[in-house]
Amino acid sequence: MTDHSAVPFVQVRGLTKRFSGVSALKNVSLSIERGEVHAVIGENGAGKSTLMKILAGVQRQDEGEILLDGVPIRLNGVEQALEQGIALIHQELNLADNLDVGSNIFLGREPKKFGFVKSDRIYREATQFLNMVGLEISPRTLVSSLTIGVQQMVEIAKALSVNARILIMDEPTSSLSQSETEELFRVIANLKSQGVTIIYISHRLFEIETIADRVTILRDGENAGILSKDEISHDSMVEAMVGRDISKFYARKSYTQNKTQLHVKSVRTQSWPQHTIDLKVKAGEMVGIAGLVGAGRTELLRAIFGVDKALSGSIFVSGKELTSLNCRTAINAGIAMVPEDRKNEGLILETGMRNNIGLPGLDQHRKAWLFANTRREKADSERSTQQMRIKTSSDSQQVRYLSGGNQQKVVIGKWLSMNPTVLLLDEPTRGVDIGAKQEIYRLMEELAAKGVAILFVSSEMEEVISMSDRVLVMHEGRISGELSRNDASEEAIMHLATGGRAAHPIEPKEDQ
Amino acid sequence: MKKILGILGLLIFICFATWMMAEESFISPFNTQNLIRRSAEFGIISIGAAFVIITAGIDLSIGSVICLVGCLLPWMLVEHQMPVPVALLLVAGISLTIGLSHGLLITKARLQPFVVTLCGLLFYRGLTRGIVHDQTQGFQGGFSGLRTLATGQVPIPSTDYNIPNPCLILVVVAILAIILLNCTVYGRYMLAIGRNETAARFSGINTDRVIILAYVICALLSGLGGMIFVLDVGSAQPVDFGNFYELYAIAGAVLGGCSLRGGEGTIIGVVIGAAVMQVLKNTITLVDQIPTNIEYAVIGAVILGGVVTDEMVKRFAAKRRAMMAKNQD
Repeated sequence: MTDHSAVPFVQVRGLTKRFSGVSALKNVSLSIERGEVHAVIGENGAGKSTLMKILAGVQRQDEGEILLDGVPIRLNGVEQALEQGIALIHQELNLADNLDVGSNIFLGREPKKFGFVKSDRIYREATQFLNMVGLEISPRTLVSSLTIGVQQMVEIAKALSVNARILIMDEPTSSLSQSETEELFRVIANLKSQGVTIIYISHRLFEIETIADRVTILRDGENAGILSKDEISHDSMVEAMVGRDISKFYARKSYTQNKTQLHVKSVRTQSWPQHTIDLKVKAGEMVGIAGLVGAGRTELLRAIFGVDKALSGSIFVSGKELTSLNCRTAINAGIAMVPEDRKNEGLILETGMRNNIGLPGLDQHRKAWLFANTRREKADSERSTQQMRIKTSSDSQQVRYLSGGNQQKVVIGKWLSMNPTVLLLDEPTRGVDIGAKQEIYRLMEELAAKGVAILFVSSEMEEVISMSDRVLVMHEGRISGELSRNDASEEAIMHLATGGRAAHPIEPKEDQ
Repeated sequence: MKKILGILGLLIFICFATWMMAEESFISPFNTQNLIRRSAEFGIISIGAAFVIITAGIDLSIGSVICLVGCLLPWMLVEHQMPVPVALLLVAGISLTIGLSHGLLITKARLQPFVVTLCGLLFYRGLTRGIVHDQTQGFQGGFSGLRTLATGQVPIPSTDYNIPNPCLILVVVAILAIILLNCTVYGRYMLAIGRNETAARFSGINTDRVIILAYVICALLSGLGGMIFVLDVGSAQPVDFGNFYELYAIAGAVLGGCSLRGGEGTIIGVVIGAAVMQVLKNTITLVDQIPTNIEYAVIGAVILGGVVTDEMVKRFAAKRRAMMAKNQD
């Protein structure tokens, strides 16, 4: 019974889970060896998160069993999972950023004497766990003063402090920079050598190629295959996830016209006041902005759209200068923006799709006496639903119940009714499954074909390289280089993004 | 819609129970008219509070604005013998200015609504007491024409009952409020801002302007309320006129289905919510078994009960939806 070599460490058999009638998991099995890094991948909605939540005791399965060392275990609640040594590190960090690192690690389990917290013990022990994840910060550091990457490490240290033997990491790198990601991988390798088992969930396949020992693929809530170390490759994973041929995935034509549609002239943003930024996007052109997290890409888009006021500079749309740099003027001039954080900035989650889509147009399409044009709103919503192929039961269903991909389509759909001439997109496919991704790409192409100038920020190399007619690379608040479609390679972009000089210095181009 | 039915049910239940216990005295023409008049007056200020609450804000200064307007109106008319239209325009202008400054402080100076209007609560009352030197301000039997606005009534043919004028004013205010909130661009913006101000800003909405509008509406309706209250009562003591009325207004709005988190609420619900509070007060006065000194305790308990029930119904509905979906599977 206790022969470890014969029985897998963690075994999941026939797991089924339904949510309001929809099966999130159907008869899923999973088998994980002790001390391996096991990746679980799948499109959004494939059931990864549900499976992980069940393993971490957050949710209960409807059918099926979980075995640890061959012994069936019951997981009613997170505490029981922790007792078994299973800890989940959420995509969104769960740290109280007004407390220091040590207090966070021991939050809820503070060592006490007569009801008083024994702080010296907290800080002493916290230091040990911080060392295990390679952090050399003081446990008295305030969490709010740490970067996201370091906070993530603190989260891992916290899990280790409860003697976690199995760490579940849900999209741990989604907000990490390249170097932070590499640091995380070093920590993972180190933990692995200490016998900690890691279940790793990510959309970023190249990461999985780097660190995973085996990959379990889920598709539509069912097992869709398992890959051993030597079978893991980008194509094999994508093919198993999508279940269809991906050769045509990124193919696209160029629709660039001669007319300059967006001209950003000497704009200074609030976060990088020392640099001015100049850029032009032609009608039908797709320009990607690459760069590391924190390079000022989002800030640039926000300044162009006017949600953050630019300190100086001017913006021209179709040759006409915007009279003032605010959101309303930008929208009236034909600029639209799909923001990075769709849940907070893009959508009103508690409202239906129709009202979300209608919101930007309410003012422009209003009737006499400020009355809202509800008929127009309904028509716009229907048109966007069709054009974007949004899957929803009704246009008044609260958008928070939609999947990430469909939510993103609603955000884009919001702007279609405004017939934008310039479309700004910030991480348009973050947290979106491959099917929805393709549809978003297809729509970007359609808009470009109609002459819309598209300027988008993306941290996904493949996306930048394959979707852009031209790539601008940003580094510490300025545009450090420009690459044509043919020159844009991962190496060239990384070179510029990390502060290297452009191989061909950018020369100021004249309008044709 | 369900919320409106729920609160309407509560209103009917309380009325019925009071009728059972107090019998004739509750349904006498005198009592019902007074009750409806009071309910309508509080309904008006509750609608004002609702607009602010819907944009996820709060206005604690309602009672003090009522005091300011309620004392200044007779002061201007009687003591300074201003013409009626001038006095009315002045109080309207004062209310407008108050709302505007609240809105500007909250949006442009980015102060918290609670703090701004708490300071307003203290400031306007102190200001009133200073201006009128703590003297009770009254119409001294005059201005009966103007006072009909609040004290008058329209008889219902072939019955002993009349509709008090404030009730008619409430109907007009409520209809305008319903149209503003549900049919106009600005109303839709208020609901959107209450739910997610950032997303509203990203949709190109001038959120500052909409929020300022909400505070202006609230102050204007508080002013209108203050005017009707003083015309109704005939005099106002600056020390306690309108004291705690902001809490009645907020409670009416919350009982009527507004969430203090913003983005939720209906005008009809709020009007009924305000009425529930007044009927309760009336019940306590009429029913001998309930000692009048526990008035606030009763009102507090009923509001709490209403909110708890609403929350439980919501959870039950969510659970049932999940169950039904499961059964279909």
